[in-house]
Amino acid sequence: MADKVLMKGNEAIAEAALIAGCRHYFGYPITPQTEVAAYMAKRMPKIGGTFLQAESEIAAINMVYGVASAGYRVMTSSSSPGISLKGEGLSYLAGADLPALVVNVQRGGPGLGGIQPSQSDYFQATRGGGHGDYHMIVLAPASVQEMAELTVKGFELADKYRMTSMILADGTMGQMMEPVALDLDVQPAPEKPWATTGTKMAREHNIINSLSLVPEELEKFNFDRYERYKKVEENETRWEEYMMDDAEICIAAFGIAARVSKNAINQARKEGIKVGMIRPITLWPFPKAPFLASTAHVKQYISVELSMGQMIEDVRLATECKAPCTLVNRAGGMIPSPEQVLEAIRKANQNGGNN
Amino acid sequence: MTRQYLFSGFGGQGILFAGKFLAYKGLTEEKQVSWLPSYGPEMRGGTASCSVIVSDEAVGSPIVSNPDVLVAMNLPSLDRYESSVVPGGTIFMDSTLIERQVKRDDVDVVAIPATALASENGFPTLANMILIGAILEKFGENGAEGVEKALGKVISAKHADMLEVNKKAMQLGAGFVK
Repeated sequence: MADKVLMKGNEAIAEAALIAGCRHYFGYPITPQTEVAAYMAKRMPKIGGTFLQAESEIAAINMVYGVASAGYRVMTSSSSPGISLKGEGLSYLAGADLPALVVNVQRGGPGLGGIQPSQSDYFQATRGGGHGDYHMIVLAPASVQEMAELTVKGFELADKYRMTSMILADGTMGQMMEPVALDLDVQPAPEKPWATTGTKMAREHNIINSLSLVPEELEKFNFDRYERYKKVEENETRWEEYMMDDAEICIAAFGIAARVSKNAINQARKEGIKVGMIRPITLWPFPKAPFLASTAHVKQYISVELSMGQMIEDVRLATECKAPCTLVNRAGGMIPSPEQVLEAIRKANQNGGNN
Repeated sequence: MTRQYLFSGFGGQGILFAGKFLAYKGLTEEKQVSWLPSYGPEMRGGTASCSVIVSDEAVGSPIVSNPDVLVAMNLPSLDRYESSVVPGGTIFMDSTLIERQVKRDDVDVVAIPATALASENGFPTLANMILIGAILEKFGENGAEGVEKALGKVISAKHADMLEVNKKAMQLGAGFVK
């Protein structure tokens, strides 16, 4: 294990991207993710990479489209309102089957909202974000170490499935410093025979495009794409279970909400309450299987979110509503406290797990 | 053991730096640590705070709502956070900038005229490290080799001349606790 260093989550993302071989970064500053761009601005020129502050988020995502077309590992990062601006580009990346990494360090919304942490872009991220039928692989780190590891994983998965990976973090994860070990395993980018790298008069032209005016063809592209998505669901779903073996109450939480919930669970366990947590690490694909399996012993689910309740819908779908699921939430940049979560656990326990 | 620190003061007083030092000290001693700054539209002269957790176990929430140790470097910070300190906790405060007493009687108080001391000794920007010296002395951690290592981490090579000055500031603070 390499020496651990203290890093902000945002910096860990940037450094991990460099370790993953990303040499092209395009972005536009926005709190609370600006450290990603700042880190890239400092490092990229020194290692022969490209850092470019675009004139807007829309320009940045289209630069990503260009570099992804040429087959290089490429990324952009932003925060909620900036991601909305990138929405069109995200859809085009999907339509052209291009691999890229997009980072969203969320802040409170809607609109310009505020700059404090939030998880209210869950729907936007897990349902695609732009128009048309598509998904992104959505990774939700809950520590600075995971910010680094999932950044590498994001590049690898994007290349493997020719789709966009999104790191869905929040202001807390971006701003906090924790020890991080940067001896990360990296699979180098695979051959990309589809990339527009010049024919050298030796092969047919590669064409990167998301326009397809023949409906029969466009339908086939969609069906083929969803076959790939099925493989992602089968192979790449990730989650962490915490004290679930005998749990009768199950917390569902990701990112900072999972960190807060862990405190509450530890306290509740001291009080003899059988509570555990399933923490989705991939938000898409959502870890349906462990949730469904847990219905064998869980009588009550509690979704802890920094939003008005978005992931709770996936929890209900995954558990097929076999047990009730309630919401513990704060919004607009506020964070649920461990006490708030603990109170909900106690209440669920008083009801014999039945709310 | 877990110790939760909350540092608070004006922007520019070195609140984040002081917190970072303690986090690095924990790291070099192979503890689990987290450091979380308040971030926002605040500029110099606005409010700044940061949560630091140093623990033998994995850190859950990095947000410190009820600190074991409050470091208050101005009056608004004491006003805002005094009531949040856990009973039996400790408040370190800069008595140059905070003229009132702590109202609670269930916490330990270490009041040091850190800003005045820092100015008198020719390092006006190191009131924060005077308080850090007091914290380490109070908890019997001043001799630890982590201090040296952590200083090396938070002070860049470019400012290596500041190492000794920081140590002097810390010794001053420690003297107030002895």
